[in-house]
Amino acid sequence: MPGAIYAEALVKTFGDVKALDGVDFDVPEGSVLGLLGPNGAGKTTAVRVLTTLLRPDSGSATVAGIDVLRHPDRVRRSIGLSGQFAAVDEYLTGRENLVMVGRLYQMSGRDAKRRAAELLERFHLTDAADRTAKTYSGGMRRRLDLAAALVVSPPVMFMDEPTTGLDPRNRQQLWDVIQELVAGGTTLLLTTQYLEEADRLAHDICVIDHGRVIARGTSDQLKARTGGERVEVVVHTPEQIRIADEVLRRFGTGEGTIETHTRKLTVPVTGGAKLLAEVIRELDTRGVEIDDIGLRRPTLDDVFISLTGHAAETGTENGAGADGDGGSGGRKDGRRKDTKRRKKAAKDGVDATPEPTKEAVK
Amino acid sequence: MSAVTEAAPVRTPQPRGGIGRSVRDSLVVAKRNLIRMLRIPEVVIFGLIQPIMFVVLFTYVFGGSITIPGAAPGNAQAYREFLMAGIFAQTVTFATAGAGAGIADDMHKGLIDRFRSLPMSRGAVLTGRTLADLVQTALTLVVLAVVALIIGWRAHENLAKVLVGFALLLLLGYAFSWIGALIGLTVRTPEAATSGGLIWLFPLTFISNAFVPVNGMPAFLQYIAEWNPFSATVQAARDLFGNSIAGRPVSVTGAWPMEHPVWASIIWSLLIIALFRTLAVRKYRSATA
Repeated sequence: MPGAIYAEALVKTFGDVKALDGVDFDVPEGSVLGLLGPNGAGKTTAVRVLTTLLRPDSGSATVAGIDVLRHPDRVRRSIGLSGQFAAVDEYLTGRENLVMVGRLYQMSGRDAKRRAAELLERFHLTDAADRTAKTYSGGMRRRLDLAAALVVSPPVMFMDEPTTGLDPRNRQQLWDVIQELVAGGTTLLLTTQYLEEADRLAHDICVIDHGRVIARGTSDQLKARTGGERVEVVVHTPEQIRIADEVLRRFGTGEGTIETHTRKLTVPVTGGAKLLAEVIRELDTRGVEIDDIGLRRPTLDDVFISLTGHAAETGTENGAGADGDGGSGGRKDGRRKDTKRRKKAAKDGVDATPEPTKEAVK
Repeated sequence: MSAVTEAAPVRTPQPRGGIGRSVRDSLVVAKRNLIRMLRIPEVVIFGLIQPIMFVVLFTYVFGGSITIPGAAPGNAQAYREFLMAGIFAQTVTFATAGAGAGIADDMHKGLIDRFRSLPMSRGAVLTGRTLADLVQTALTLVVLAVVALIIGWRAHENLAKVLVGFALLLLLGYAFSWIGALIGLTVRTPEAATSGGLIWLFPLTFISNAFVPVNGMPAFLQYIAEWNPFSATVQAARDLFGNSIAGRPVSVTGAWPMEHPVWASIIWSLLIIALFRTLAVRKYRSATA
């Protein structure tokens, strides 16, 4: 029995660019699939095919058990789409936007109004309900856009980069809403360039690049594929690096790295928190002053780099037309040049931006 | 009856029949566009200034130099009456640019994607837009008619005929907004839709009987002008307003549309609607932002 979202061998070509090159998914009912990939990887194209906006060149798909190509109108009754552009009419008020969408879902005027009021309340937009969306902040617009996608409580939701361009506070808020939604049983397909987002929200992750699925699994499975955990120590003075290195060699399972200028040592380990405690005791015994120590797990960033050979934030030139630009800042062309260095850094376990570690000890 | 709670599932509405749904969805979208119009009155106001400017410029700058066949040379009142049907007709064709820019803007902002992901009638987004433009065009015509009356334009036929004249003008405007809809879906930006919707209107409206009598044009232009769909409506409105000079031959080249302008106007407008509505709805089905 195929899941709530099922796609088989989807192919879509734009000119010379293969936006989708044989993509398959099977998303069980009530779960979240994170579609992870850089700009132009084919994420948006996949969403557009599954939401009936685009016909694939070949392949087949069902959503909520309905054939997308044969019965697009029936599929549209069962889905909600929330995009990266916050597609609301900025000259209508929040309420007018939601009522309009409700009416176009074929609700009666009264039902549409009642539902709009409920959603405004739920998304904390009641105070702004009768102001035009033009006056809304970016976060409020995204919430309104998401509310519009939820007007009929569709069993299947598609969110295309729902938090691209949002500040951390608004992103957090939107994540909470999405988690609430999923807890209520909605099946969700989410595309993102933010590894943290996929890590946080998705049960399963598909890494997609150049229109192909290059890896799939849970966040933990993907991280395990990249390599295990490692201990990272920052010592107080340069003189202590040598002693700390001796200690870490005894506990490490492989070759470690030393960054002299930051006094940071890293070594791959197995054994988790228990081992970390032993390392701390031993360093203490040898009189090494520790500025910072922690157990680092590979981030999805590391996973991405090891799978694709480039960092997740880096756009690819050829596919950009297919996916449009993600719009968020911070993605600079210069980063492409850093790819090799970052890849090497990741292999060496010296991630430039490590994930905050849960087991960090001061 | 169960109490309505936030967690209550909203029942998925039942599918509705084709035509009923089309009409309903079109009206929902039309209402949305009319609300927008009220909230961006600048667009409506600028839409009014241009035709008023044309009336004043043509009447006072050209009016004394253009001789209407059958009228005394330099008879400014004869030209004023001749001109107004042309200005009215030109004004309604400006709906093209409005529809085009509006739809291109909706594409650009991702609203068309939203609409296309909803279980709504496929033609409704475009029909709703063109209906809203029709309302705007009607308002513009009312204001323009008042300005025309102030500067001395008079209709010499009964009210029923005058209203039929305005109805034909509105039908032409509605037809042209479908051309605009297709342009809006084809170009990438609202700016391109505006200029793409206007540029060809100038030769179309000037190589016609709208502003000057065609007998001053070279012979080949006379043929073009008299077969121009736009000229048929101008001539029809002119006749229905009683602004044609009595007893003069209606056509220089003997073109059928000039002999039967009311029918020609209706046929041309319906043909334009049939063709461009079909093309635009087809384009909408596969529209991508």
